[in-house]
Amino acid sequence: MAQPAQRPVFAPWNDPNEKPLIQFQNVTKKFGEFVAVDNITLDIFRREFFALLGPSGCGKTTLMRMLAGFETPTEGKILLDGVDLAPIPPNKRETNMMFQSYALFPHLTVWDNIAFGLRRSDMPKDRISARVEEMLRLTRLEKFAKRKPHQISGGQRQRVALARSLAKAPKLLLLDEPLGALDKKLRQDTQFELMDIQEKTGTTFLIVTHDQEEAMTVASRVAVMDHGRMIQVDTPDRIYENPNSVYVADFIGDVNIVEARATRRADDKYALAWAEGQPEIAATSTEKIDQGTKVSFAIRPEKVAIATARPADRANVIEGKVSDIAYLGNISTYKVEVAGGRMIKAQVTNERRLARRDITWDDKVFLSFTDTAGVILLR
Amino acid sequence: MNPRRFFLIATPYLWLLLFFLIPFGIVLKISLSDTAISIPPYTPVLDLAEGWAGVKAFFSELDFENFSFLASDPLYITAYVSSLKIAVISTVITLFVGYPIAYGMAQAPDEWRPTLMMLVILPFWTSFLIRIYAWIGILSNEGFLNQFLIWTGIIGEPLTILNTNTAVYIGIVYAYLPFMILPIYSALEKLDVSLIEAAEDLGCSKLQAFWLVTFPLSRPGVIAGCFLVFIPAIGEFVIPSLLGGTQTLMIGKTLYDEFFANRDWPVASAVAVVLLLILIIPIVLFQRNEQKQREAGL
Repeated sequence: MAQPAQRPVFAPWNDPNEKPLIQFQNVTKKFGEFVAVDNITLDIFRREFFALLGPSGCGKTTLMRMLAGFETPTEGKILLDGVDLAPIPPNKRETNMMFQSYALFPHLTVWDNIAFGLRRSDMPKDRISARVEEMLRLTRLEKFAKRKPHQISGGQRQRVALARSLAKAPKLLLLDEPLGALDKKLRQDTQFELMDIQEKTGTTFLIVTHDQEEAMTVASRVAVMDHGRMIQVDTPDRIYENPNSVYVADFIGDVNIVEARATRRADDKYALAWAEGQPEIAATSTEKIDQGTKVSFAIRPEKVAIATARPADRANVIEGKVSDIAYLGNISTYKVEVAGGRMIKAQVTNERRLARRDITWDDKVFLSFTDTAGVILLR
Repeated sequence: MNPRRFFLIATPYLWLLLFFLIPFGIVLKISLSDTAISIPPYTPVLDLAEGWAGVKAFFSELDFENFSFLASDPLYITAYVSSLKIAVISTVITLFVGYPIAYGMAQAPDEWRPTLMMLVILPFWTSFLIRIYAWIGILSNEGFLNQFLIWTGIIGEPLTILNTNTAVYIGIVYAYLPFMILPIYSALEKLDVSLIEAAEDLGCSKLQAFWLVTFPLSRPGVIAGCFLVFIPAIGEFVIPSLLGGTQTLMIGKTLYDEFFANRDWPVASAVAVVLLLILIIPIVLFQRNEQKQREAGL
């Protein structure tokens, strides 16, 4: 059988010959006693759409502000294209930033806002004008060029901010919670717009966000941060499917975490004892785990099937009672009480109309999943 | 219209009518009268006892004689021009002194700001007159300033500052500085720091960021401050009479002399009416600036 043609995958982080655009080398930033960024080493490559994800106060904004030049690292080095950024002031850096508040100049028109950065360079007047027009077209703002920021909507302001930061064609565009001020629907549309623009311009984007869905949607790689440290840096699908810690598994999406003790079985799989008198959970792991180690078993609700009859062919079956049902339209989440009062969530796509649903509150159900559906986490 | 709303709207207008329009009407009437040695020291006086004929006689005696007198005597024109000049120059100096202070206050850490604000307002706790008197003690030939400068050896002879225009400028700048600082400070304090960062991010040096972003955005405060200094300064009386000398000609002093030294109420009233007309122009401009600011939502 013919193999489907190998499509080129954008993954410069796997290519040892690729030179990173940005290098953080053991960067630490302290504010007094408070450690905002704790010994971070990270490479970001050209054309990447890189997301820094974490709760507020995790140091992601500080990391970005160090790139823009508004903060200086206490220790460590930041290189842009191999050049140490430390001695370069913000106005001389080849980075531009889109601010969370947009920071549009209220006394200037949309046109002048976009032209602001270009006028500070030595670009001739007609080129500036052409570039501004190009940016207006890119962000579909042609009609609003003569307006002042307070005369346009929030979504339009967001696009002006984007156009202004892209106008100078920076090597790196920094986006600080760029969609935070938009409502949900507009935010989703804008996410796709951002990806389009990133692809069209070929600029490297670094986005800071606390919204995991946003990070997953737009980014080629996501860095999950907590307390100034990088917990995991990976592609969205790997972050979701192969989290390296309970923190990441819990931060990204919905997850069931079950505390258990691992035993290595003859077939290289692990048996997880999680409750007395219950069959052990069979699971696989890429890491070697010592006998009897306490581990956390993480499984996503959508990978857990729910049925009223005991399924015959699944590796793991757990019996329980439906305690709660959350109906979200497209999907339903069942909260099932299992041995020891633990709750396990199972998610089902609502393929049928609601009237024909066959599982309801207090029903006795069987939760089942394969032995590769979940991951064993050591921390 | 319901009575409550009517009352609410009527109150300020009534206030304006009672304390501005009626007094102004009286002053305007006196300015159209002739001086007389009597009580009150002008004619005509409206005598309602004579009925309609009295009213007609009253109006027939009013004329613009005093205004043409003001125009013909160069003393008054010189006084107006000199007042304008002193007010403009002091406003500019106050701006140059006040802006950096306001900027410094806005840059200060949050916990310092109330204290700094307090220090700006503190002089108001003492009488204006006493503070101006205090400047006599500082600026006179044997005053603190001269003593200090001679002690340091910068000068050998005392400088004559008191009773010159310089003393008037010092007095006006000192007295009205808070009126310049406060509106500028309030404009600068509202300024979003990320605007300055955005300007720097887009290639501005610190100085460029100030001229292209900070200063334009503080302009409403600058304009408000300038008017708040200029308007009272032009009619200032106390400062030129206490600190100024014989060559200091200001319209406030002329006004005082006409009223109290010459007892020529009609000419004094005419001086006051013209002064008001001169001030109406900047006041209207000031109002328009405020309005525009509100519309821009700044």
